[in-house]
Amino acid sequence: MNILYLTRRILTLLLTVFFVVLLSFAAFRIIPGNPALAILGMEASPGQVAELQAKLGANLPLFEQFLNWIKGIVTLDFGESIRFSEPVLDMIVSRLPVTFSLAVISLSITLVIAVPLGILAARARGRVMDLIISIGTQLGLAVPSFWTGILLILIFGLTLKWFSISQFVPWSKDPWLAFKSLLLPATAVAIPQIAIVVRYLRTTMLEQLNLDYVRTAYSKGLKESNIYFKHVLKNALIPVITVVGMNFGEILAGSLVVEQVFTLPGFGRLLITAISNRDYPLIQGMVVLIAFIVITLNFVVDLSYRWLDPKIRLK
Amino acid sequence: MNSKINLTLWLGVVLVSILLIIMIVGLFYVPYGVNDMNITDRLKAPGSAHLLGTDNFGRDILSRVMEGARTAFAVGFVAVSIGVIGGFIIGSLAGYVGRWVDEVLMRAIDALMAFPGILLALILVAIYKPSLFQTMIAIGVLSIPTFARIIRSGFLQYKEAEFVKAAKGLGASHARLIVTHIFPNILSSIIVAASLSFSTAILIEAALSYLGLGVQPPDPSWGRMLNESQSYISKAPWYTLAPGIFITLTVLGFNLLGDGIRDLRDRRK
Repeated sequence: MNILYLTRRILTLLLTVFFVVLLSFAAFRIIPGNPALAILGMEASPGQVAELQAKLGANLPLFEQFLNWIKGIVTLDFGESIRFSEPVLDMIVSRLPVTFSLAVISLSITLVIAVPLGILAARARGRVMDLIISIGTQLGLAVPSFWTGILLILIFGLTLKWFSISQFVPWSKDPWLAFKSLLLPATAVAIPQIAIVVRYLRTTMLEQLNLDYVRTAYSKGLKESNIYFKHVLKNALIPVITVVGMNFGEILAGSLVVEQVFTLPGFGRLLITAISNRDYPLIQGMVVLIAFIVITLNFVVDLSYRWLDPKIRLK
Repeated sequence: MNSKINLTLWLGVVLVSILLIIMIVGLFYVPYGVNDMNITDRLKAPGSAHLLGTDNFGRDILSRVMEGARTAFAVGFVAVSIGVIGGFIIGSLAGYVGRWVDEVLMRAIDALMAFPGILLALILVAIYKPSLFQTMIAIGVLSIPTFARIIRSGFLQYKEAEFVKAAKGLGASHARLIVTHIFPNILSSIIVAASLSFSTAILIEAALSYLGLGVQPPDPSWGRMLNESQSYISKAPWYTLAPGIFITLTVLGFNLLGDGIRDLRDRRK
């Protein structure tokens, strides 16, 4: 890979990371009034407020607070949750498996359903099947995922009784039940993603089908299935991988809300609890962590895209 | 292909118009007061007295859905306006001035985009108290990056165009170049993005309100109705269907409108 490109890309990555650190700091310093007072409420005694302020480090000069924030991030020390008096990092890490498995399962569902549908839509271009799929994708983009979640509970949980809608079962206890309790929420998160990928794949497939190499392949007598799966799909999938990777953040964001529908003890529940309790250290820690995950993922996707596409790799 | 493009645009226009009419009618007339509770009429199925049934307090769901439309449209409109204005300022500066200004502004935009969709809104809501106003601002801020990127790339594309260079050579001022020469060319992209962002705004408002962190009572909201309906889904499925269908149709309408305009523009080019 081009060293110059890589250096440039890493420099811009660092600049973005810096902005994220700055933003996540600044956002919580512009809290109107006194943050300690905002957390404790108006009935708090001046002593309590002063104590919490000291704990938050809010009485230090702004620049020193910022340095402490950076130091905290570098040493992975996000402080202690106000509500739960536990280290923020431990709380986040304990919730990661649920959200992470939810995201991975939805991603798998997305790919398994979207890739064949995208190919089908491209092959049936302009025909009834294409129209049906495009109506489906438009609906998939329009339905709010948390409502899909409610409907899935109504249909598969309460009416058909295929799934018991109860508490989440940890993987360590019973992997099958854990998977089962994540399947409906993962489907709810996946539906808009499926729509995005199908639309995108259909477009890239059609673009590829218009190229000269496809005509050549046809004229030398290759079978249509060969042309589709060996040549066109391979080229059409590269940009799709980028879209899927870049959308991982959206999948994560979708999980935050859907977890609430299914009362899954993941990232989203923790964040909502933190926000309701105005637990600023906890919110700040989670926000920075999610942003870092998204940035890193985009970076990796961008590089792998360049590596996967020989046209760019060999330049 | 021709007929399909028109169909998309057509469906979008029809859907959005119907919902607009429902919203406007709701400004002047709703069948029942939105907060009129009637305990004897709790969770009534749709019928002649209540077209879409009643909720757990015996409130008329149709009336509440109509009022919810007002909230959704207001949030969409204000949020998209903030996005367009903020995006124009950042995008035009980055695209027109270029160099380090471009680099710094775009990295700031990247940083904003690292907080996926609803997360940024959640942060802003966490800082201030959730309310209708807060929700509008938060969603507006998170739609700025989309517009900034589109407007920036438009500026990059047209800054070096022959007709812009010609105008520059004739002594046109920066403001004149931007307003009368570059802006009209990127207007269609902005309109398409505005329509699609309207959908996103409505989806995020619904999600925030569903979480209890968006629009607060007594302001009506589809998202909060969905939250309240969840405890009664087996007893009163119509309660969850009404607001959900309205959200879906509104988002669908604006998505189709945006796609339709884009197809129309691409075909002209």
